[in-house]
Amino acid sequence: MPRATDVASPHHYHKVVDCQYACPAHTNVPEYLRLIAQGRYTESYLLNRESNVFPGILGRTCDRPCEPACRRGRIDGKPVAICRLKRVAADLRNDVTPYLPKAPSIRNGKRVALIGAGPASLTVANDLLPLGYDVVIYEKHARAGGLMRFNIPAFRLPERVLDEETGYIIDMGADVRYNTEVTSLGALIDEGYDAVFIGSGAPKGKELDIPGRWDDGAREHIHIGIEWLGSVHFGHIEKIAPRVLIIGVGNTAMDCCRTSRRLGGTHTKVVARRSRQFFKASPWELEDAGEEGIEIVENHSPKRFVIENGTLVGMEFERTETNDTVIIPCDDVILAIGQDNAFPWIERDIGIEFDAKWDMPIVDKASFASTKPGVFFGGDAAWGPQNIIWAVEHGHQAAISIHQYAQGLPLDDRPTQGMNLTSTKMGMHSWAYSNDFNPSPRSTMLHAELVERFSAIGVEVELGFTPEQTATEVERCLNCDVETHFEASLCIECDACVDVCPVSCLTIAPNVADEVDLRMLLSAPAQNATQDLYVSPSLPQTKRIMVKDEDICLHCGLCAERCPTAAWDMKKFSLVLPYAFNVDGTLEMVSV
Amino acid sequence: MTSIAKPPVRHPGLRKNAIGFTQRDYEGAMSTLCAGCGHDSVTAALVQACWELDLPPHRAAKMSGIGCSSKTTAYFMKQSHGFNSVHGRMPSVTSGANAANRGLTYIGISGDGDSLSIGLGQLCHAIRRNVRMLYVIDNNGVYGLTKGQFSASADIGSTSKKGEANVQPPIDPVLLALTLGVTFVARSFSGDKAQLIPILKAGLSHNGLALVDIISPCVTFNDHDGSTKSYKFTREHDVEISTADFVPLRHEIRAPETDSAVNVVTMHDGSVVRFRKTHEGYNPTDRESAYAHVRACQQRHEVATGLLFIDESGSDMHAVSRTVPTPLVDLTHHELCPGNAALQSLMEKYR
Ligand SMILES: Cc1cc2nc3c(=O)[nH]c(=O)nc-3n(C[C@H](O)[C@H](O)[C@H](O)COP(=O)(O)OP(=O)(O)OC[C@H]3O[C@@H](n4cnc5c(N)ncnc54)[C@H](O)[C@@H]3O)c2cc1C
Ligand SMILES: Cc1ncc(C[n+]2csc(CCOP(=O)(O)OP(=O)(O)O)c2C)c(N)n1
Ligand code: SF4
Ligand code: SF4
Ligand code: SF4
Ligand code: SF4
Ligand SMILES: [Mg+2]
Repeated sequence: MPRATDVASPHHYHKVVDCQYACPAHTNVPEYLRLIAQGRYTESYLLNRESNVFPGILGRTCDRPCEPACRRGRIDGKPVAICRLKRVAADLRNDVTPYLPKAPSIRNGKRVALIGAGPASLTVANDLLPLGYDVVIYEKHARAGGLMRFNIPAFRLPERVLDEETGYIIDMGADVRYNTEVTSLGALIDEGYDAVFIGSGAPKGKELDIPGRWDDGAREHIHIGIEWLGSVHFGHIEKIAPRVLIIGVGNTAMDCCRTSRRLGGTHTKVVARRSRQFFKASPWELEDAGEEGIEIVENHSPKRFVIENGTLVGMEFERTETNDTVIIPCDDVILAIGQDNAFPWIERDIGIEFDAKWDMPIVDKASFASTKPGVFFGGDAAWGPQNIIWAVEHGHQAAISIHQYAQGLPLDDRPTQGMNLTSTKMGMHSWAYSNDFNPSPRSTMLHAELVERFSAIGVEVELGFTPEQTATEVERCLNCDVETHFEASLCIECDACVDVCPVSCLTIAPNVADEVDLRMLLSAPAQNATQDLYVSPSLPQTKRIMVKDEDICLHCGLCAERCPTAAWDMKKFSLVLPYAFNVDGTLEMVSV
Repeated sequence: MTSIAKPPVRHPGLRKNAIGFTQRDYEGAMSTLCAGCGHDSVTAALVQACWELDLPPHRAAKMSGIGCSSKTTAYFMKQSHGFNSVHGRMPSVTSGANAANRGLTYIGISGDGDSLSIGLGQLCHAIRRNVRMLYVIDNNGVYGLTKGQFSASADIGSTSKKGEANVQPPIDPVLLALTLGVTFVARSFSGDKAQLIPILKAGLSHNGLALVDIISPCVTFNDHDGSTKSYKFTREHDVEISTADFVPLRHEIRAPETDSAVNVVTMHDGSVVRFRKTHEGYNPTDRESAYAHVRACQQRHEVATGLLFIDESGSDMHAVSRTVPTPLVDLTHHELCPGNAALQSLMEKYR
């Protein structure tokens, strides 16, 4: 028989909470959505902040891996607008400063250096400062935030939001050395830090070395996307010619084309080597660019820059579908085809091993340690460009490692995840969560009018959800963390749960040998193999097993409602995550 | 009592039957019975059976009397006709409805109290008339609705929830029906849908009254140790003396069955019931052998289950009364009531 599912350790139930499982930082989404539903925005913000540190920033910019994973998407095609609800909590919160972690006045005597003031380093600082570490951050630029500040355009992320959330950490007492580029890691290590964290990002935009790239008259009109966005941010660039080609179709390309459109690039086109299904940009970024009138040209592979009379006049492409070439006229070109890491400032003879092929440091996947004791990597610096929420999670894990290291504890003996399960039963037909299914479609984000958007670079495009939209959207959440918890010894096999389940999740099945057979035997065949089955121990009367296909359970509680013996209960699952400042788990929830 | 409603969401893989309905289209209102009541499982089995038979809901009539069991007609096929009669009168109301409109499929749901106490006479006569209907008795050994008094099906020695033993002998609806000439009788268990659903399908296809006695535990008043109608007791004492598979007409019947252990009965509409032999010497088409086996099981304190007896050659009420094939409701007024001259000529025959 397939082995009974282990529900005593968190894995099974955690995986049922699709959004939380998919979130790199395992943000407790359903709980923060319920807090929003209750109007407890400050608590919701604080709960978010514990795992993802930058709720206001992420509520606008997160790559949102949680949304494609969200169970609601498998019910009516559209996931809960998890990310934008996070922004609601951030926008509507009261002053959170009284509830933020504070650095103790008695220091622990350890000093750590963090290189770069991007989200990865800031998370390390956030987790170590409350433990009494002296944290020194070296930042090449004059402000904190990393790419979040220099590259993500202000029309997506207002400066005020960045200032506030980076400020919460720095104001805890981090010693930030702005305008200080680290040029030698060896020299920094020699200053005698107890540990060093490298969160310097992946700062180098990829080149496109095709004919004409370096010619006079072309060079100055060809820009590297991330550098160009940086220059726009610093005010070094304020205008662009009308006809602009953006090469590449990732998220950087989307920011480049939309920025270009605002700086005078009225005829900005994005040119992609492959067809739409291979585009790297998030669907919503593509939509937003489309709304702003940006044309996307597919299946065009760049061949050369066309220069006439010493000026760039266009680019030649091979059309991969028709096998011919075409010249698209342009005045400026922005290359947005990826980023590389660069560590010219890390000496190769100080004990940090680099991978021979990619020239990347060798970093342990769990501890984020390099091969030199006491030196850690995280964020884009570790394994190349990812996103903010991954940088945050790397920061949390690296902070745990640094704390272990500083105490002389082994790095591989990491604190583990725990869980709490609490019944939500309140009485007859009464549960401590809103178990009614809300059939509303996903709310659409309102956008600023085009004219207004193009009037100034910093006009935020997304206006946020209205209170009505918020109220509806939170109710779309199925509360996947309210788990169907089964006690086999209580079941009398009356079938009531099986019969009542609106989506045919449950089956009392014979004890067949393997899971594949079992999947086909259920009330409705369990065809989504990415979703686990819950398999009970054998039932008292017939020795059959209770099987639940977790795939599209609505967490409506009807099974528990109709069970005469309370063999099913709806229990709220809370994942307990270890942090450096609290290895025993998540902080007590703040009640404001 | 209950305010909960089933979410309108369906499993995306839900199949449709030949007339385009999903199983959920055969559901009714949310049950207000006690959680875990066997009657709800019978309802679920009926939903599945009717769906699998592609029964058009608007061509069915759900008939019942009084009791928790009788309430269940509200919990399936919300598109169907229905009549909730006074206590014990379901059989005669169904007889009347069937007389007037033989075109509908009649599904009668009753309880052991409704059919074996107050309605016993009604049951007997419906069997004798062989009214074409599925007659379900949700048998829990108690009057559930009135809080668990022993019913006429309670076994001697079976105890009430408070521990008092029943002293009066039980009426076994299966044995009773066999003696009254029933043409289809089965016993099953609400906790065994694999057995129950084919039986319900065969019963719905039978040309006459199909009586299905279903042990359907009352979780609230009769599911304790000491009860002989509990989930546990039934599972421990259930003996399946015949196993029936129902093969509806539209499914091709593969290679002719040569296995002597399989007994094939063809229903009047061409569908087929195949019996796999589980007991030596048992013949589901022989009334005497059926009676003897059920009796023998009873004496061993076993519960004989399965499709126990079937006779497809019987004549139903309409055949016996030689009514016209067209349902009476579909006749014109003139055909139904041909006028005084016709009446006088009829009367003349009796003079
Ligand atoms: C155009 C663009 C748009 C993006 N949009 C999104 C988005 O919408 N959502 C999302 O989740 N992610 C987005 N990303 C990715 C995201 O910004 C990064 O993955 C994330 O910022 C990485 O964080 P980090 O802390 O590792 O490094 P970074 O944010 O790159 O920060 C590194 C910091 O280190 C400093 N530094 C580097 N070298 C040195 C040195 N030698 N000495 C001192 N300081 C140094 C840099 O100045 C910088 O401040 C985007 C990236 C780009 C390029
Ligand atoms: C004429 C009449 N007599 C008595 C009653 C009280 N009464 C209601 S339900 C019931 C017995 C129901 O028992 P059963 O048919 O076994 O149904 P169950 O609730 O057990 O499913 C009785 C006696 C009544 N409603 N009407
Ligand atoms: S429905 Fe709610 S709890 Fe479930 S995955 Fe989506 S957001 Fe998370
Ligand atoms: S909570 Fe229970 S009844 Fe509701 S969908 Fe999930 S398994 Fe089915
Ligand atoms: S409703 Fe409860 S007792 Fe009945 S089968 Fe389901 S889990 Fe078991
Ligand atoms: S009282 Fe008994 S028969 Fe009536 S609904 Fe409750 S469990 Fe079922
Ligand atoms: Mg009864």
